[in-house]
Amino acid sequence: MLGPGLAGWPACAAALRSPSTYRRTGTVIPELAVLPPAERRRAGRVVRVALAVGAEAVADACADARCLPSVFTSSGGDGDNCHLLCETLAGAQRLISPTRFHNSVHNAAAGYWSIAYGCTQPCTALCAHDGSFGAGLLEALSQLACGAETMLLVSYDLDYPPPLRSHRPIGDACAVALLLSRTEAATASGGHPSARTGARLRVDFTDAAATGLADGALESLRREIPAARALPLLALLAAGRGGRVVLDYLEDMRLEIHVDAEPAAEAGA
Amino acid sequence: MTPLLLMHYTATSGLGRGCAATLAALEAGRGALRPCRFDTAVLNTEVAEIDGLEQLPLPAPLQAYDCRNNRLAQLTLEQDAFDARVRDRAGHWGARRVGVVIGTSTSGILQTEIAYRRRDPHTGALPPGFDYGRTHNAFSVTDFVRRRLGLAGPAVTVCTACSSSAKAFAAAGRMISAGLIDAAVVGGVDSLCLTTLYGFQSLQLTAPGPCRPFDAQRDGLSIGEAAAFALLERTPDSVDAADILLLGAGESSDAHHMSSPHPDGRGAASAMRAALAAAHTAPEAIDYINLHGTGTPSNDSAESRAVGAIFGSSTPCSSTKGATGHTLGAAGALEAVISALALQAGLMPGGLNTRRLDPSLPLNYLLQNRHMRLSRVLSNSFGFGGANCALLLARAG
Repeated sequence: MLGPGLAGWPACAAALRSPSTYRRTGTVIPELAVLPPAERRRAGRVVRVALAVGAEAVADACADARCLPSVFTSSGGDGDNCHLLCETLAGAQRLISPTRFHNSVHNAAAGYWSIAYGCTQPCTALCAHDGSFGAGLLEALSQLACGAETMLLVSYDLDYPPPLRSHRPIGDACAVALLLSRTEAATASGGHPSARTGARLRVDFTDAAATGLADGALESLRREIPAARALPLLALLAAGRGGRVVLDYLEDMRLEIHVDAEPAAEAGA
Repeated sequence: MTPLLLMHYTATSGLGRGCAATLAALEAGRGALRPCRFDTAVLNTEVAEIDGLEQLPLPAPLQAYDCRNNRLAQLTLEQDAFDARVRDRAGHWGARRVGVVIGTSTSGILQTEIAYRRRDPHTGALPPGFDYGRTHNAFSVTDFVRRRLGLAGPAVTVCTACSSSAKAFAAAGRMISAGLIDAAVVGGVDSLCLTTLYGFQSLQLTAPGPCRPFDAQRDGLSIGEAAAFALLERTPDSVDAADILLLGAGESSDAHHMSSPHPDGRGAASAMRAALAAAHTAPEAIDYINLHGTGTPSNDSAESRAVGAIFGSSTPCSSTKGATGHTLGAAGALEAVISALALQAGLMPGGLNTRRLDPSLPLNYLLQNRHMRLSRVLSNSFGFGGANCALLLARAG
């Protein structure tokens, strides 16, 4: 997890367990050592934020990134890059850089991820505007239902620069990654037991309102950044307890998520 | 995978509006590429543009979604009575049990490109009325299609560049298999914009004339715009012999480079193998391959190696991009519909514009239409970021 004042999953879990300790500061996006030098130079903030959380989740589960099919999901991809492209296209010369163009694809982070880890497994890139986390979760669970053993889900968003910012106000960069396994596969492969949450997820569609967060600062985060719509689910995982949360998805449809925690398991995501 | 029925389908591209016009153009060997006159573009390239979109505004309740991409979606939904047929099936299943999965690469970004030309000279603000979420955002087209058809099921945009709408078929198939929905409107919509026209030019990937896939002197791709849709359902117990089934989908990543394919077509080959495996089909059972075939030197050479490694050099194949242009995020769905029409009509469309086949690409590339009963067709789509997808379609009998 990476977000404003949430530098990694342990810090995020601590903030979700004790909201009074949470202080919002600007998201700090780490440099990436994992990319080859040429790709590292070309990768923008959005790639770095997505790869950082993907790497954290994979390391936390002691999984092998090369073997993981993945779902990347984002409401807008790389807003910095989009702004610069549109600015150049509005000018007289329209000389856009080839790197800027290939970075403009919505699956840029997914592409850089596969290059970084030499992962030839299927990798998709999705968008459902504010419901992008929910859409990614549904796709990952569908792939598990269709036979995949373990899936990496990476949901990430970047704030737009002006003038797009006023039309799409995303609070800051934020990204969440989950490593999900089929129940029967979880014991067979794909991770170290102590690193896993041990939580079991089940998802239904619902008309009920989304679960909010009691803490004002965390609730603002949830509302401001599509990837942060996952926070109520992460709060359950951080607490290591079971329960039910409703996450935003589409305007007329939300996701009800049932979490069965395994009492002995240690929190981690 | 469980075979899925393409209950209804339609496509609109430079070749024409709807299935009959598309098939007629393919039968006649009529292409849609013309010198680029799009918007304010000044480029030495050809494009396949759809005429008349400027005169087709969206209906009042969905006015906020008005942009070229959604106009193209609407025009296409109206062909072959696709919209009425989907409403009918939604009545059968219930609107909540019908999903929408659409692929696009640039959605309505043209709206933002235009808005950036009209920024306030003092404040830099975008013009009043600009609506990012309902036009530019990648989800806009899926949201629009869902509302336009009165559907209420799960919905998502697949956005993996030029394999987007092929992967949309795979994703929708999984939603049906997982029991989330009973039917899905799948498809692809991508319309002309300056980002892709100038972007491909910056990579020196656009041809000055009409693209010539697999030609010894091929010199790049030509961009087109298109929309194509299909209604997918589980295959019922009884089907007509002429019904079209999606038997398999295969996906892979190149893990090689952001904008060039792996030179040996490594990822392309694994996507094709995965589609064959999902369909429990041997390579020999494929009658025709609709190639990705963009006409860039590197794509065609990598794809040729991948196809050769699996099929050898005898399976008839061609690219229809010489006719339609490369319709980017819509290409997977457009070529799935072209493959369905090929299966129904027993037509293997010859590739247009190609004059002399590249002798270093030893495939059975068709330069003339060939008529023959077809049972199984493979359709390839490969995108930036190394995102590959192959679809395997078949006649039911």
